[in-house]
Amino acid sequence: MRIDTELPGNLDTSTIEYVTVTIDGQLFGLPILEVEDVFQPQKITSVPLANREVAGVLNLRGRIVTAIDMRERLDLVPRVPGEISMAVGIEYKGESYGLVIDKVGEVLRLKEDGIEPNPSNLNSNWASVSAGVYQLEGELMVVLDVFRVLDVGGEAEQLSTQATGVAA
Amino acid sequence: MGAKFLDDLLTEFLTETNESLDVVDCELVKFEQEPNNAKILDNIFRLVHTIKGTCGFLGLPRLEALAHAAETLMGNFRGGVAVTPDAVTLILESLDRIKEILSALEQAEVEPDGSDNDLIDQLDLLSAGGGNSAAHDQNDAEPEAAESEIEEPLKIVQRELKPREVSLEGLERAFAEADGADLGTASETAAEAAAETEKPESPEGKAEKPAAPAPPAVDAGAPAEKRERAVTNQSIRVNVDSLETLMTTVSELVLTRNQLLEMVRRIEDSEFKVPLQRLSNVTAELQEGIMKTRMQPVGNAWQKLPRIVRDLAKDLGKKIDLEMSGAETELDRQVLELIKDPLTHMVRNSADHGLETTEGRLAAGKPETGRIDLSAYHEGGHIIIEIADDGRGLNAEKIKEKAVENELATQAELEKMTDVQIQKFIFKAGFSTAKEVTNVSGRGVGMDVVRTNIELIGGSVDVTSVEGKGSTFLIKIPLTLAIISALIVESAGQRFAVPQLCVVELVRAQAESDHRIEMINDTPVLRLRNKLLPLMHLSKLLEIEAAPGSGDQSAPEAFDLPGAVSPEADGREPEPQGAVSTPTAKKFEEAAGFIVVIQVGPHCYGIVVDSVFDTEEIVVKPMSSMLREVTIFSGNTILGDGSVILIVDPNGIADAVHGSLFVDGLQNDADEDAAFDSTDDVVSLLVFRAGGNEPKAVPLSLVTRLEEIDVATIEPSNGRDLVQYRGKLMPLVNVNDAFQKRKEGMQPILVFTDEEQVMGLMVDEIVDIVEERLNIEVTAGMEGVIGSAVVKGQATEVLDIGHYLPKAFDNWFRRPESDDRGYSMRVLLVDDSSFFRNMLSPVMSAGGYSVTAVESADEALKMRDEGKQFDVIVSDIEMPDMDGFAFAQSLLSDARWSTTPIVALSSHTSPAVIERARESNFIDYVGKFDRAGLMEVLKSTVDAIGEVA
Repeated sequence: MRIDTELPGNLDTSTIEYVTVTIDGQLFGLPILEVEDVFQPQKITSVPLANREVAGVLNLRGRIVTAIDMRERLDLVPRVPGEISMAVGIEYKGESYGLVIDKVGEVLRLKEDGIEPNPSNLNSNWASVSAGVYQLEGELMVVLDVFRVLDVGGEAEQLSTQATGVAA
Repeated sequence: MGAKFLDDLLTEFLTETNESLDVVDCELVKFEQEPNNAKILDNIFRLVHTIKGTCGFLGLPRLEALAHAAETLMGNFRGGVAVTPDAVTLILESLDRIKEILSALEQAEVEPDGSDNDLIDQLDLLSAGGGNSAAHDQNDAEPEAAESEIEEPLKIVQRELKPREVSLEGLERAFAEADGADLGTASETAAEAAAETEKPESPEGKAEKPAAPAPPAVDAGAPAEKRERAVTNQSIRVNVDSLETLMTTVSELVLTRNQLLEMVRRIEDSEFKVPLQRLSNVTAELQEGIMKTRMQPVGNAWQKLPRIVRDLAKDLGKKIDLEMSGAETELDRQVLELIKDPLTHMVRNSADHGLETTEGRLAAGKPETGRIDLSAYHEGGHIIIEIADDGRGLNAEKIKEKAVENELATQAELEKMTDVQIQKFIFKAGFSTAKEVTNVSGRGVGMDVVRTNIELIGGSVDVTSVEGKGSTFLIKIPLTLAIISALIVESAGQRFAVPQLCVVELVRAQAESDHRIEMINDTPVLRLRNKLLPLMHLSKLLEIEAAPGSGDQSAPEAFDLPGAVSPEADGREPEPQGAVSTPTAKKFEEAAGFIVVIQVGPHCYGIVVDSVFDTEEIVVKPMSSMLREVTIFSGNTILGDGSVILIVDPNGIADAVHGSLFVDGLQNDADEDAAFDSTDDVVSLLVFRAGGNEPKAVPLSLVTRLEEIDVATIEPSNGRDLVQYRGKLMPLVNVNDAFQKRKEGMQPILVFTDEEQVMGLMVDEIVDIVEERLNIEVTAGMEGVIGSAVVKGQATEVLDIGHYLPKAFDNWFRRPESDDRGYSMRVLLVDDSSFFRNMLSPVMSAGGYSVTAVESADEALKMRDEGKQFDVIVSDIEMPDMDGFAFAQSLLSDARWSTTPIVALSSHTSPAVIERARESNFIDYVGKFDRAGLMEVLKSTVDAIGEVA
């Protein structure tokens, strides 16, 4: 059980709503404004020679979505075959992406200033995609910077500045 | 707003004027040929007139003065003055000057400085010299009359006139809308342009002012325009972007429709069927309609050509007739734009290099006027443009010289090439046959650029030429770039789309047919019509399958999402322990498959796929930017069943095939297999160990399956081991006495079957499957061993399966039929391969035949001459010196053996070979490894003989 750290219904601008997802047991939060869609990925066509993070491409209501396997992206253990997965749809530079995660949790409204910077000892790969950490009761939630997540292969700076520009 | 307004106006003007000028170019050339055609003259006059008028509107004095002078001269012609070629040239020069000014105007947005007095003077001189001193007056009076006269011709040039009329209308509307507020900026620009003219007081004033030298120009424009408004209102100008968006939307609709159709197809008696059918039809119509809006007649790209050819003819002193047909053939405007330049270049080439000089033609006994035929027509989803000339044709010798000179090929390579191949050199980079660089062509822009441009849009260009008779260039381009026709193929369980345009042909390769994949140092190649075609397995290229020999390592990108179409999904899954695997499939995988032969520019190569589905129209969608670095795919699309498939980029593969892959990529595997000569008998062998350390081998094709069985399930019975296998008892045999079967766990066995009977040969371990050229040294005395051979650098015993079969079954070969006979039928086996002689002889002997084996047709014929008799002859097809076909034929010529039935034996079992065998006296045809088949054929042959006897 997670407890909202803010009163529900408070529409104060200093709060952000996060869609929470679980990847390999770790809780992550994605700013709700950046989430277009939540869907169950089906019939993923793998793309040979692509980066390992790329799970493949799939058809989501007539659009071609590039699916990113978050477990690979975050260097986590691969999913057990047959295990159910979900995906979060993201729009980035006019293209559709789907972040494949384990499961989707609830939507949390959190204080904007409640976010803490990444701990300095966080794995650099994680640090590069994490916008900060929230201390929730009982667990920590890592805020995913979805646009940096899509910066696979790290054409780093140029893209990430654009990304944060979009994110802001 | 004012500045923008003027900019728009200017842009519009430039577009319109350029279009008009193109038309004038065309018309003028026609006019020169038919000076008495008043209609043509009227058209030209009217166009120039309009240019002049429009210049007046915008305050472009320099342009206006020039157009006016040209118009005056043309007015004279209309008045009946004879048209001289000089005059036409002069007018064309004036038009060129107008174009120059226009292009400067386009860049600088002001009329360039300079004087056109040189031309104007000449024009005026001609006008005056034409004897019509009243040229100006007449001209001024003319337009009014012209309007009524040319109503008829207007219809002819309707298409060309439309844009201009819209423009005039736009001008009028613009002026009506423009108020004084715009004046400041408007006149500012005008002031720069027309420094010496007074600043106009109002837009109307501005319009009137430059019109002064030719007042009727403006007046004449208006009524004409009113009369035509009915026509112009039927067409509107639409921004190309809007059309593009519509196109994309319709593409989506088409995809959705396909998806629905696919879904409903699976449901019987769906109530959706009828409405969906209607939706489908409407969608198709809509798609076609939208496509049409983007279509333009190819003639639009040709407009400039008559003028170009005319000028060329004049420059080169040649007489050239340009015939154009199929100008109305339509194609996508995007494609049209892209082929304009290549096309122009090719026509220039034909005129300059293709056609001989007048003297040259006369000397060659040809008519003095050279011909260039330009034609266009539709063919399938393509448009074909042909440029044919009746000139000197391509000189293969010259091309050879040039090719050697430019180091495009060596003399030796060229010797082997056909003329057709040599002619193709003109498309290579760094090639030009023109001895001298002329003003016209050969300026470094060669046919290779043409080719590149055409290929960029997925087209192709080819040439056929007969020396002395002329050359024909054939350009094949897709009608549109948005929807392409693609071949759907499957490799390692995943489907891919290959653009149909570059697919030359499909070849089915099979292990034992004429078309089989051969290896040169691990590089797969295919012999296709005497040429070696480099091959690439799509699965290897895409790394979606473990390379052979590397075992069951899963492909690196294998991704275990539920429902994900993983490469192993169907078919090629690594077999779990104990499961039935098919070694033959693995072996065939090397030599068999569908080969998609692809031509990308000069590169021709084949990609090997597992299967080929049909062709589908697909809408190309770009890859997401994250995947764009994977250059082997040009895009992706959604198929009718809703799944996404990747579109393979033939260019990307060509790079991979001709680049590093063939050199380095396969190097990893190179040490695994020794290089061998592909022309010799190559046999797939299953290498294993059993009863001793030295490897043993059997021809893979004799093995039905590889199995592993639990030793606990082996039941000893009557001194033999039996195991329950597929609902039957299967006897197990040992390789030799030294063999110890395992005490526990799984025992690997090789399964051999013959009709109903199954036998298992127990082995210690299966080592490998290799392709080897077999050179068997026959060793006598060893039971069950044909001999030994060097396999992968190791001496390996090749087992004689025929020895083990009777061990398992007493009646394995004891067919009741053969037992009935009083004597053994005499069989002559002719085979150059000692391996097969040694393998088949025991098999046939075991079947109750008396076998004599010889290694060549010559030897067989020698035996005939010695008076030996056989009941049946079994002969190999592929033999050195005299092959099986020749052997069979030669038997017919001599009475002694002419009635002896002869059975063909070959490792190739393609229908063509079988057909040929039947034609050459063979009574039947059997695959070399088809032991059961051979026995069957022998039996029926022998029975037939028995009946006759």
